[in-house]
Amino acid sequence: MGEFKVHRVRFFNYVPPGIRCVAYNNQSNRLAVSRTDGTVEIYNLSANYFQEKFFPGHESRATEALCWAQGQRLFSAGLNGEILEYDLQALNIKYAMDAFGGPIWSMIASPSGSQLLIGCEDGSVKLFQITPDKIQFERNFDRQKSRILSLSWHPSGTHIAAGSIDYISVFDVKSGSAIRKMIVDRQYMSVSKRKCIVWGVAFLSDGTVISVDSAGKVQFWDSATGTLIKSHLIANADVQSIAVADQEDSFVVGTAEGTVFHFQLVSVTSNSTEKQWVRTKPFQHHTHDVRSVAHSPTALISGGTDTHLVIRPLMEKVEVKNYDAALRKITFPHRRLISCSKKKQLLLFQFAHHLELWRLGSTVATGKNGDTLPLSKNADHLLHLKTKGPENIICSSVSPCGSWIAYSTACRFFLYRLNYEHDNISLKRVSKMPAFLHSALQILFSEDSTKLFVASNQGCLHVIQLLEGSFKHLHTFQPQSGTVEAMCLLAVSPDGNWLAASGTSAGVHVYNVKHLKLHCTVPAYNFPVTALAIAPNTNYLVIAHSDQQVFEYSIPDKQYTEWSRNVQKQGLHHLWLQRDTPITHISFHPKRPMHILLHDAYMFCIIDKSLPLPNDKTVLYNPLPPKNESDVFRRRTAHAFKISKIYKPLLFLDLLDERTLVAVERPLDDIIAQLPPPIKKKKFGT
Amino acid sequence: MAALEEEFTLSAVTLGARPDGLLGVEESDKTDHFLVTDRSRTVILYKVSDQKPLGSWSVKQGQIITCPAVCNFQTGEHIVVHDNKVLRIWNHEDVNLDKVFKATLSAEVHRVHSIQGTEPVVLFKSGAARGLEALLAEPQQKIETVLSDGEVIKWTKFFVVYRHPVLVFITEKDGNHFAYVQMFNSRNLSKYTLLLGQEDNSVTLSFTAYVDRKFIFLMSLSSDGCIYETLIPIYPSDTEKNQRLVRSLLLKAVVSGIPPNGVTLTILDQDHVAVLGPPRPSSKECLSIWNIKFQTLQTSKELPQGTSGQLWYYGEHLFMLHGKCLTVVPCKCGVSSLAGALGKLKHTQDPGTQTMPHHVNWEISPGCGPGSQNSVQLRRTLRRKKNEVSLQPEVAVSEAAVSEQLLSTIKNGSEKHIEVELRKFLAKWTPDSHTAVGDIITGLLERSKAEPSFYPRNCLIQLVQTHVLSYSLCPGLMDTALEKTDVQMLQLCLQQFPDIPESVTCACLKLFLSIGDDSLQGININMESVFDYSNTEQEEKMEEQPEILRNGFNPEDSNCKETASCPVMRKRAALLNAVLHAAYSETFLLPHLKDIPAQDITLFLQYLYFLYLKCSENATMTLPGKHPPTLSQIMDWICLLLDANFTVVLMIPEAKRLLINLYKFVKSQISVYSELNKIEVSFRELQKLNQEKNSRGLYSIEVLELF
Repeated sequence: MGEFKVHRVRFFNYVPPGIRCVAYNNQSNRLAVSRTDGTVEIYNLSANYFQEKFFPGHESRATEALCWAQGQRLFSAGLNGEILEYDLQALNIKYAMDAFGGPIWSMIASPSGSQLLIGCEDGSVKLFQITPDKIQFERNFDRQKSRILSLSWHPSGTHIAAGSIDYISVFDVKSGSAIRKMIVDRQYMSVSKRKCIVWGVAFLSDGTVISVDSAGKVQFWDSATGTLIKSHLIANADVQSIAVADQEDSFVVGTAEGTVFHFQLVSVTSNSTEKQWVRTKPFQHHTHDVRSVAHSPTALISGGTDTHLVIRPLMEKVEVKNYDAALRKITFPHRRLISCSKKKQLLLFQFAHHLELWRLGSTVATGKNGDTLPLSKNADHLLHLKTKGPENIICSSVSPCGSWIAYSTACRFFLYRLNYEHDNISLKRVSKMPAFLHSALQILFSEDSTKLFVASNQGCLHVIQLLEGSFKHLHTFQPQSGTVEAMCLLAVSPDGNWLAASGTSAGVHVYNVKHLKLHCTVPAYNFPVTALAIAPNTNYLVIAHSDQQVFEYSIPDKQYTEWSRNVQKQGLHHLWLQRDTPITHISFHPKRPMHILLHDAYMFCIIDKSLPLPNDKTVLYNPLPPKNESDVFRRRTAHAFKISKIYKPLLFLDLLDERTLVAVERPLDDIIAQLPPPIKKKKFGT
Repeated sequence: MAALEEEFTLSAVTLGARPDGLLGVEESDKTDHFLVTDRSRTVILYKVSDQKPLGSWSVKQGQIITCPAVCNFQTGEHIVVHDNKVLRIWNHEDVNLDKVFKATLSAEVHRVHSIQGTEPVVLFKSGAARGLEALLAEPQQKIETVLSDGEVIKWTKFFVVYRHPVLVFITEKDGNHFAYVQMFNSRNLSKYTLLLGQEDNSVTLSFTAYVDRKFIFLMSLSSDGCIYETLIPIYPSDTEKNQRLVRSLLLKAVVSGIPPNGVTLTILDQDHVAVLGPPRPSSKECLSIWNIKFQTLQTSKELPQGTSGQLWYYGEHLFMLHGKCLTVVPCKCGVSSLAGALGKLKHTQDPGTQTMPHHVNWEISPGCGPGSQNSVQLRRTLRRKKNEVSLQPEVAVSEAAVSEQLLSTIKNGSEKHIEVELRKFLAKWTPDSHTAVGDIITGLLERSKAEPSFYPRNCLIQLVQTHVLSYSLCPGLMDTALEKTDVQMLQLCLQQFPDIPESVTCACLKLFLSIGDDSLQGININMESVFDYSNTEQEEKMEEQPEILRNGFNPEDSNCKETASCPVMRKRAALLNAVLHAAYSETFLLPHLKDIPAQDITLFLQYLYFLYLKCSENATMTLPGKHPPTLSQIMDWICLLLDANFTVVLMIPEAKRLLINLYKFVKSQISVYSELNKIEVSFRELQKLNQEKNSRGLYSIEVLELF
């Protein structure tokens, strides 16, 4: 296959923000995750846990609560006192509404989904009616003394439980009055803590209220009498989250020690009808606070400060014991944060509030496989570009020639012209951006850096001609009539004639840039696209889907290629299909049209279309075949997929030229080193 | 079934300090209250259940009580006679016997009798008897003489038969015994001559009697050790004087040999008698309960301190003078039945009968014993193990046959023969047939119990090594091995059995600690769990470095690091390790640990301390060797031993030093841990530095070849 020089980059200092809330939607099998910087991500659990949508964060919007209501409407509330609704089609915020109760700590939708309840800093519990296009304040419940940190509806919708500091209140929804107040014990291992914060409550249909608090307790209360039924001391630190299964036969709690406990309603003796809650399984998948948990019908979902989203399928609930029953740990976003200028050997790193431009180093030495070559020039940090405003960067790109940088936040689009004079670099913002260019979901430069393609969140694709220091709006491809779906992925052919764009669910559209019209639409596939690219010369469009399928579609012929049909006929190797991170980038070898390079977080692969496809009996991943083996044997075992797992976690990999690769790694240890220290546990003695 | 319960002594019986015993123990009007009269001057009223005296009365110095105090059940007063003629009657409240009612009689009194339901009766030495009321009405009345010259009253008893008081007394003159029956209602006195058997040289030692409707059953214990019975009619059939009564043999060889204080017979109920006396010549005195109906010994109790040869029985309490104390033995006589009487014989089996297997095999359905023809069909119906069963029947049958053959060989074959048979059995053996193995072991042990010389050690070891046995499957095995001090077998059992009771574990420990070094020498013991301590010791000495004060931390008292050598020999260590590995429950083990002698405890502690030191020498806190005791096992046992024997250990000087060492060592370890906790952060930084060294930096250009 060949020898490559690999620029192994580990200076992308990216730390994913910690997870604050997770909310599971049973109807669509989707999971909403909010992070501490206000980002909200939507994972499609049916589509191999693919992160199909995201809403950029905002500095002043700390999300404290996230909930689904009325089927598939997503709401969040935060410490700025606002309730937000997200537009899941256009991928923007529909509206923000001030609740006038100070910071909002908790929010929950009624069992019917028609009402929204929030708990505020000032101790008020506010009820909102959800109207088809907005929410409407209805009334306040009895004001409590201190902030309402947690809320839970009774499944019948007649009562709610509210966790506050040192006590839990039970409200009657009809009258809005607190009918029961249950004082939580402050004692913590016989030491009186200052306050006991009720981090979470859950109201069961039999009237039991389960509370989790900062003293490490999980307590069961009888809401009818206001008495404590049972108490489990499960942690030396706070228990911060609780989620109950819909069947109310199991629930999950997360502690500040990183442990997740599963509780189940178990018969006291076999074949007796009397049941009791038993702590059944502890899981330690986190190192830091588990801030939020969710309970899907088949899995426990947890997330916290250590930034991992952990999906732990419950073995007893999984019907088919296949690879889906395995534990999933999602750490990195399923989109690209890095773009690359091949000509100038530049890397552009995207952070929440700034961009970094680096120039790769060089070497004159050569070596054999596995050698680390001495550097004649180290990598340079050329540019640190801070954004203006509180909004997070949605997307960014550097042009292949290296002289343009474009990025976008939720409401502004920025384009910069870079000038290189020897070692000096000057930056000039291109002013007077057109009004329609205020927000972009994806930015792409053409190969010759003369055109800029911008996917805006209304489904429009703008084509802009770049000139020295200025630009010209060439065309806007309007979305298909009736759809407002945002386009998230773009690909342009190296000759600049074809542009492919993909939305979150609908198929891939291919536009003819020369004639500025829609060329064709690739037949829809029921898994979302994770990456796409157009091959040079042949103009074959390669599409990777979240179920790990790879398609090759000939744009000129408007049909799948022979190779792609072959792949579908024969099927991909089972180990290939069992990978649990999506392919995030596809590129091509400029001189070898038969090669496709693609990568996910744990491997990269060069597919050689000239070689036979592997079947399930062949070894998919063979890193080092013995040297002295005969050519016959090698030819017999050689197959199309050349896989390397050397670089991981791999955030970006591309070919700079025929013999040079750039790989951007982000070791987990480096992320952990930048997290706040976890709760200290004694290591020695008792 | 009669049973003797735990005896207890009545406190403050200083009066019983005389060897010739007490004058008498009599019932009082309240249940549980008894009047004890000693031979000199004192009467004490006891409450037996509380074991304490309620009152005590004494006659003046110089006076002497001649007849045991009794209670007048009609008035609740107490009656005593002192100096043969002076009758005293007093109440519970009275303090001084001198100031109570006194009646001086004209003749010498032999006994005052009093029982429930009638007035007391006074029997004079002359043989005349008077009711108390009649006597007190005229104390100085003339008392006639009934007995002839030289005729002495030996024994008396007072009954109520159909509300008629009946007094029986036995007299002796020139070796002849006469029985008198005095009816008070009819004032009728009958005299009988008791005829002895042929053996004239025997002397009647003791009498007892009970009444029926018509007869008084008089039992006598003769010096030939036999109990005889004589029937005395209450209502004389004719008026003929001097009737003769013949005795019949009731029980043979009840006692043998006559202690200085004599033997005593007391009837408990119609079927049971209590005998006080030595059961065998030159043996200690014994209290035995006999069932006279079935002629069986029900129970017996040895009385090593000797008795006064006196025994009283009232309301399920036996009173006697044991040593110098008045001892009460609660005694219960159940309804006499053949099964009860044969209680002790229940286990003896007719050697000819086929023994049933002792162990139930849960794997097969009940009813299909080994070898039974229908077992094949039954097994077929079992749903479980369907496939195997269809193949198994022949094997099962032949296996059962072999085991049966073996069982019969065990009964009377020679040890060699058994071994051969066993080998045959083990060749065909499958893990399913663990019940058969249990039966074989039980058979072997039974025979070994019957024949002390029979101890088929090899067979037993082979059977234990089948890995299917447990303690409950052969409960006798370890006991037998303990008896024979077969430490190899015990070690094997400790390693194999999952369910050894704590008492047995403790008995093993006791044996392992106390067995002599020389007797261990020749025994083949599995040394797997022991490593060679001597080698490491030398290495350790080489490694030992001069003491350095590091970072201000002083590993306190390194002087406690003595030259550690194993305090026990390696074979003993292997045995002790087997005990350390055994499963136990603290609650049940603790009480047994208290029984181990202090010296052994110290030795064991020393050994554990040594192991602990060895453990602490390496970072992983483990001992070398194939299957060594773990640190937690060692620590648990140290704690257990100290818990059980702390006071004892404190008292022994050498153990004290050990304790101090142990304390110091634990303390130094705690301080090491606390220091480690303090510098944990530094460790982490070091680790980080280490990692950074390993990681290749933030940027590098590498060569990659894809194949």
